[in-house]
Amino acid sequence: MFSNPDLLHFIFGRLSIDSIPMFHEPIVAVTFAAVVLGGLVVMGALTYFRLWGYLWNEWVTSIDHKKIGIMYIILAIVMLLRGFADALMMRAQQAVAFGDVAGYLPPDHYDQIFTAHGVIMIFFVAMPLVTGLMNFVVPLQIGARDVAFPFLNNFSFWMTTCGAVLIMVSLFVGEFAKTGWLAYPPLSDIVYSPGVGVDYYIWALQIAGVGTLLSGVNLIVTIVKMRAPGMSMMKMPVFTWTSLCTNILIVAAFPVLTAVLVLLGLDRYAGTNFFTNDLGGNAMMYINLIWIWGHPEVYILILPAFGVFSEVVSTFCRKRLFGYNSMVYATVVITILSYIVWLHHFFTMGSGASVNAFFGITTMIISIPTGAKVFNWLFTMYKGRISFDVPMLWTIGFMLTFVIGGMTGVMLAVPPADFVLHNSLFLIAHFHNVIIGGVVFGMFAGIVYWFPKAFGFKLDEFWGKMSFWLWTIGFYFAFMPLYVLGLMGVTRRMSHFDDPSLQIWFVIAAFGAVLIAGGIGSFIMSIVVAVIKRDKLRDETGDPWGGRTLEWSTSSPPPAYNFAFTPVIHELDAWADMKKRGYVRPTSGFIDIHMPKNTGAGFILAAISLVLGFALVWHIWWLVAVSFILLVGGAIAHTFNYDRDYHIPASEVVATEDERTALLAKQQA
Amino acid sequence: MLSKLVRGVAVASMFSLLAGCNLVVIDPSGDIASQQSDLIIVSTILMLLIIIPVMALTVFFAWKYRQGNKDAEYDPEWHHSTKLEVIIWSAPLVIIIALGAITWVTTHTLDPYRPLDRIDAERPLDKDHKPMVIEVVSLDWKWLFVYPEQGIATVNELAAPIDTPIQFKITSSGIMNSFFIPALAGQIYSMAGMETKLHAVINEEGVYEGFSGNYSGEGFSHMRFKFHGLSEDGFNEWVSKVKSDENFLGRSQYLELEKPSIKEPVHYYSAVDPELFGAILNMCVDQSKMCMNEMMSIDENGGGGLAGVYNVMSLTYDVPRMRGSQPLPEIKSYVATLCTAPEEGGFSGEITNLPLFDNVQRDRAMSVAPAGVSTGF
Repeated sequence: MFSNPDLLHFIFGRLSIDSIPMFHEPIVAVTFAAVVLGGLVVMGALTYFRLWGYLWNEWVTSIDHKKIGIMYIILAIVMLLRGFADALMMRAQQAVAFGDVAGYLPPDHYDQIFTAHGVIMIFFVAMPLVTGLMNFVVPLQIGARDVAFPFLNNFSFWMTTCGAVLIMVSLFVGEFAKTGWLAYPPLSDIVYSPGVGVDYYIWALQIAGVGTLLSGVNLIVTIVKMRAPGMSMMKMPVFTWTSLCTNILIVAAFPVLTAVLVLLGLDRYAGTNFFTNDLGGNAMMYINLIWIWGHPEVYILILPAFGVFSEVVSTFCRKRLFGYNSMVYATVVITILSYIVWLHHFFTMGSGASVNAFFGITTMIISIPTGAKVFNWLFTMYKGRISFDVPMLWTIGFMLTFVIGGMTGVMLAVPPADFVLHNSLFLIAHFHNVIIGGVVFGMFAGIVYWFPKAFGFKLDEFWGKMSFWLWTIGFYFAFMPLYVLGLMGVTRRMSHFDDPSLQIWFVIAAFGAVLIAGGIGSFIMSIVVAVIKRDKLRDETGDPWGGRTLEWSTSSPPPAYNFAFTPVIHELDAWADMKKRGYVRPTSGFIDIHMPKNTGAGFILAAISLVLGFALVWHIWWLVAVSFILLVGGAIAHTFNYDRDYHIPASEVVATEDERTALLAKQQA
Repeated sequence: MLSKLVRGVAVASMFSLLAGCNLVVIDPSGDIASQQSDLIIVSTILMLLIIIPVMALTVFFAWKYRQGNKDAEYDPEWHHSTKLEVIIWSAPLVIIIALGAITWVTTHTLDPYRPLDRIDAERPLDKDHKPMVIEVVSLDWKWLFVYPEQGIATVNELAAPIDTPIQFKITSSGIMNSFFIPALAGQIYSMAGMETKLHAVINEEGVYEGFSGNYSGEGFSHMRFKFHGLSEDGFNEWVSKVKSDENFLGRSQYLELEKPSIKEPVHYYSAVDPELFGAILNMCVDQSKMCMNEMMSIDENGGGGLAGVYNVMSLTYDVPRMRGSQPLPEIKSYVATLCTAPEEGGFSGEITNLPLFDNVQRDRAMSVAPAGVSTGF
């Protein structure tokens, strides 16, 4: 039976034993061994401690926005380790590959690594961090019990995860794209990239993209429809505002990505000619379309980080945020402007001078509201009482670092200057400057800030500070040399250099990357140490930082229903206002609470999508058909599941709330 | 002049910081690149006007209003000041208005498509001055330079006389690259089936680095060449050196050269088919292919109707060029099956110098169709 090639081809598509790179790539083999070993240990532990049921019932099938938020962040941290391993490999290669030394990575492997690094860091680290934080915080900040569509939320999370899994599969089965993270054609066309790499890219992003889009819809509806009574738009916390704007960007931008990847997929699978060189195809169209998604994507990532900084800065300066209104308007202006700047990613394509100048100037205009935001944070510090807890350190680190990235960004926005800086390491330094200095710092600030809300104890401060200093110093060591190299005319994505005088800069950059590795390690240590010392770090008030917004009014961790009674809002910074007016927490009169019920449907549908994606990548058409039918059938079947909700009985609410009353009383005594 | 001075100071200070490294982007040797470097410096200074105060204030406020400093004023309700709001919105606005004006003007004056109007700051050029033309083709993974006026071509080596305006006409054989010599001028993409232009001038003799700025696949890291800025005599000498190589670049040689290769050594062609660049641009070096400009002119005249379908096969370009490194996946083409057997005129052996706009050829493209109908259906 196995000697029949036609049959084998029918069953396995393009997949064969030769597609498994670990038989000829030692690096991959070692990684695979480590992953298998780690996986076995985790599975063994889960079995030993009988946690499978707990995991399934309490997490996998959970539609609780708080747990989904936490799972998003766990996904992001796991993928950060993968994406950062890629970064270390690149830094190591570029630090040694000079002159006659070819380095340890052949171009074939190196090209996959930088592509995977970009894709993973943006789609599977930054995005889940942002989505996770919004998921966890927004319903609490607006006084809601969950998001508008709780099942959809669970489904979105698992779709994102399955996209990430598909990328991880490409490490061990087949290959990943060798095209750069945006897979420009004609290089990504079937003719020039005939392998499975680009197909993995397309399907991983399509699967994850469904998740992102749906969670965007979900959060918009949640914010628009589910705010506590009295919370008008201009009384929403700034983080909720930035979340709203980010989700509007997601809903408007991600369909463009989906469409452009469909077109690229058609070119690859059906022989169409949207982006080919011949038969009327035009690669410039792809590049325009992908950046019409890609530039708003940058703001999708940074706006929630701006929101985090706004919350953190006012909390830790013990002061109202300076210029709330102008903060909101700045956010909205950025949201709108982010759609009319995409062409600055390819001034060098040869558009006319007027077109280039238009997009250059619109890009610069974005720096005005951004600048206003920085000033607002600055004047929030003015006449404050600043305590330098870890979230505040990240915020100050951000303010000092981000402005440099903003400056180099405006330089790149001047088209004639961009002609010499485009595609250089200067550009690489710029966007890492804003993404690390902005998004990553913001997300770390947010995680440290809201961690006690999620788990009831603070993160360890020593390791938190270590993480901050190693990340910050590491960042400067890793990326300032890249600015210099860019001015020396060195291009990105090179796996080898001729000029030995460049080497020293790459060695410094590699050292910076090692420091950042220490920063990531310290961050994980801060969690581990906090778990060990959790009794000492425990917060029983629910408001460990003296917070100002509604999420700090509930217990830590909040009960499944978040708020026993929906709060009524009178002022901006609702919780600070409640505290000022001597708010008394209700201790009686509780009634049954109507809540959505857990379901495994999201996980199952996403798992089928993963199979579908894998089958499409390898052209296993029978499996494509089967999984597609199952997917559609499963989705329809799920609509007949009417067992969607339940009531938390009043007695249970009373028990939970009484327990908190006792705790609070003990605190006061 | 001011910018010259500023640049001098900036370069000097940078050099003291980064002694010994060659910041070619800041201190280039061509007039266009110099103006671009001026822009980088001017925009940096403009932005530092706002960034330095912000950074200083951040540090100062963080220090002054620290929790431990009980002397500092504490006003937890202070959150609005119209005066400050006006300043924080208008200060960046003013900077951006200045920079925006500079951007609008320089984007036009430094447009790579615009013929030069000066050799350097002191020497203006006549309006009717004709620049020297160099045709640039990015191949996998090497550069082909064709000098139509000298009738020569080179691979991976470029030379030009100093103080002579050059017009580069740039295209690609397949994958997008970008043509970049930092010492000379900014980069511009090279794309198949399209021509981009770059006008520039080199003002100092020397050997400069040139390369592809846009990632294009496996051999990208080695897609480099040397650009020689030579004196008038030096350039003539170089041309005669190239001419002494007795090597002809026609269509068949190009099709051979075009095949992917990495670290291609420098080589010269003493003579070159004058139609070659046009054929590369129109993706019809292989003469069994229909040129794109022909197809466009057919379409412009209303197209070939149903018969136009039969042009499809002769327009395919990417598929026949597929890499040999991996087995080709099956490409489905649904229209080509209607066609007759490949045309007689298909490329075989050495045919050079066939005019591109050839009525016979066009008629053939139009008239093959009816014959195809009977066999096809």
